[in-house]
Amino acid sequence: MSTLTAVAMSGGLDSSVAAWLLARQGIPVVGLSMLLWDQSTVEANGRCCGALDLGDAKRVAQQAGIPHYTLRLDEEFRDKVVDPFVEDYLAGRTPSPCVRCNTWIKFDLLLERARRLGADRVATGHYARIVDGPDGPELHTAVDPDKDQSYYLFELTQGQLAASLFPLGEMSKPQVRELAREAGLVVAEKGESMEVCFVAGGVREFVETQVAENPERFAGARLAEPAALVDTDGKELGTGQPYYRYTVGQRKGLGLAARSPLFVLAIEPGENRVVVGEEAELLAPGLAGERLHWIGPAPAGETGEVEATVKIRSRHPGVAATIHPLPGDRAEIRFAEPQRGITPGQAAVFYQGTRVLGGCWIEGRLG
Amino acid sequence: MHPVYLDNNATTPLHPKAREAMLPWLGERHGNPSSIHAFGQAARNAVEEARERVAALIGARPAEIVFTASGTEANNAVIFGQAAGGHLVLSTIEHPSVREAAARLENRHEKEGAIVSRITPGPDGVVPAAAMIAALRPDTRLVCLMLANNELGTIQPVAEVAAACRERGIPMLCDAVQAAGKIPVDADALGVDFLVLGAHKFHGPLGAAAVRVRKGRELPGFLVGGSQERRRRAGTENVPALAGFGAAAAAAREELPERQAHLAGLRNRFEALVTERVPGAIVHCAGSPRLPNTSHVAFPGVEGESLLIRLDLAGYAVSTGSACSSGTVEPSRTLLAIGLSRDEALASLRISFGIANQPGELDGFLGALAREVAELRRVAPASLSVGAGR
Repeated sequence: MSTLTAVAMSGGLDSSVAAWLLARQGIPVVGLSMLLWDQSTVEANGRCCGALDLGDAKRVAQQAGIPHYTLRLDEEFRDKVVDPFVEDYLAGRTPSPCVRCNTWIKFDLLLERARRLGADRVATGHYARIVDGPDGPELHTAVDPDKDQSYYLFELTQGQLAASLFPLGEMSKPQVRELAREAGLVVAEKGESMEVCFVAGGVREFVETQVAENPERFAGARLAEPAALVDTDGKELGTGQPYYRYTVGQRKGLGLAARSPLFVLAIEPGENRVVVGEEAELLAPGLAGERLHWIGPAPAGETGEVEATVKIRSRHPGVAATIHPLPGDRAEIRFAEPQRGITPGQAAVFYQGTRVLGGCWIEGRLG
Repeated sequence: MHPVYLDNNATTPLHPKAREAMLPWLGERHGNPSSIHAFGQAARNAVEEARERVAALIGARPAEIVFTASGTEANNAVIFGQAAGGHLVLSTIEHPSVREAAARLENRHEKEGAIVSRITPGPDGVVPAAAMIAALRPDTRLVCLMLANNELGTIQPVAEVAAACRERGIPMLCDAVQAAGKIPVDADALGVDFLVLGAHKFHGPLGAAAVRVRKGRELPGFLVGGSQERRRRAGTENVPALAGFGAAAAAAREELPERQAHLAGLRNRFEALVTERVPGAIVHCAGSPRLPNTSHVAFPGVEGESLLIRLDLAGYAVSTGSACSSGTVEPSRTLLAIGLSRDEALASLRISFGIANQPGELDGFLGALAREVAELRRVAPASLSVGAGR
């Protein structure tokens, strides 16, 4: 009996084509969709966790001739993705929920659920590649650099990679769309879902609604108090929005008159302050990271240094850097040249060539 | 392999006689039953013939039959038409179309709403008649008790409750959607005022159902804009579906004794073997009066939804509960109502046989069941249910 492959189907273009490609190979495939969030609060159209999209997944599965089931994972999604997203904002960080969703939902929970159904691997529509290396499976960037999603997968383990399949890793987006058109898939003309899938309107409103609706989850959260805007010497320049409204590196919407443009340098929830300054002050020689993760064996032993290209946000071009692992899964990363916009809560992901070594979560800047 | 359908309480395959009755109206014939001309007359004739046949199945008079598009519509129409402004009694194992209609009335204000009393079944899956009767009040406007439960198949003491309601002049609604066509249903003997049945549960088409309104009772018009169904449900009749409904009712009436014997034979053999071949399997409410076709079985230590999917992949279609709530993993309210724990409820499957099932299918199904249960217990022994560990 040949093994069964589960394909995660969101109802979007990419996962639909991934499912269709696998089905076309004639291997046993089952489509799984995850009900992650109460759709009544999200305008469903074009968003990855919308109910209408799951309906599209069912239709694509019929077109591909594979069975399809919807698994309700909304409690787990709230625990592992939504609550930490809100907590990050309340702590003055700017979260990266898609990484957490991959780490905790798609390649952890979904894989476990797929195994319960008799499938031994999970395929997704991610643009990334899994390459067999001398020390086991390696994660690499997609062939199409515009679509590469390897940044969002840095927390996967080799065990998870060994049970995963990325059928789109060698393809470009136009090729994927062309395949969908040729196959006549109902989602062939669908657009991209770039936003955070569970947030319908503004992030600030979402955070406030979540805290108001679930006070027990976010005890002690301070809502809707205007933050003090201060300069690097602590001098108050004015009051602004609540602190969680800001992101490090932000320029627009500060409402302060100054000779040169001002940027958010740091967010201090405890003091209810937002530190602003000039662009040059955003530059930092490095960052402090936590929850350091290596996909394979740690490349330079437990404490040695590693040279890598580091991306400090998903669209960052990458900078040469030295990673100093520290005890307690922490790290200090020093850049070859200073970088702007070190944003706490974002991921720093390490690359050597096309290979993803691992990464860590940004706590703050060095220097 | 040809998939085997064991989910006949969700819907049933169309009876050849129903199909035959429908085909002319999906092809060479057409007509609006309200039209005066020959086309209309023929369509009217088809609708009225169907009405006679549906009435005959439940021992009613044709004039008492109001056609609707679904059992849900019929239940809603009776509850919203009868219960507002007073007190409503229903069991906790009613179909959602009864349960949620009652809940909606409860949330409305005073004269437009209702005060609701809910009566739970015993662990045997049967709602005690005495408890229903004890809940009656002078201002009770409607009592709802289904004839057979859609999930467990347990048969409820409808005639006894109806007798008490009649003494007090209280109208009673009986949702007989799961019972009709599987066991004898005699509307007069049951003594209820409103009796609901639906075609697709007994090999008729989707989109056709009826409520029998006992002579002397009024059902206020719930769709307006035409004189159809004696002004109680306006809208052009669905002639093909109703023709199929009538033919399915006639076939059910004719074949009922042999259907019962066939279904009970399959069900009893399955239940005798399942406990033998699948360690730990427990048949719910096995000692209660039940529909001949329905079996609800717990497989302790197994998550029912995963088992359902594994069986589907192996070519056997079953259900974890009523079709309306599948797709999401909420434990069945009916199973919770008979006192099962959340884990027990989530570890249960409904197997509902139909007239097309054959004894030869049982062996393969039992083999798949034993294999998949063992496999699930092996791969997911610790996680009994979704959300475990929270």
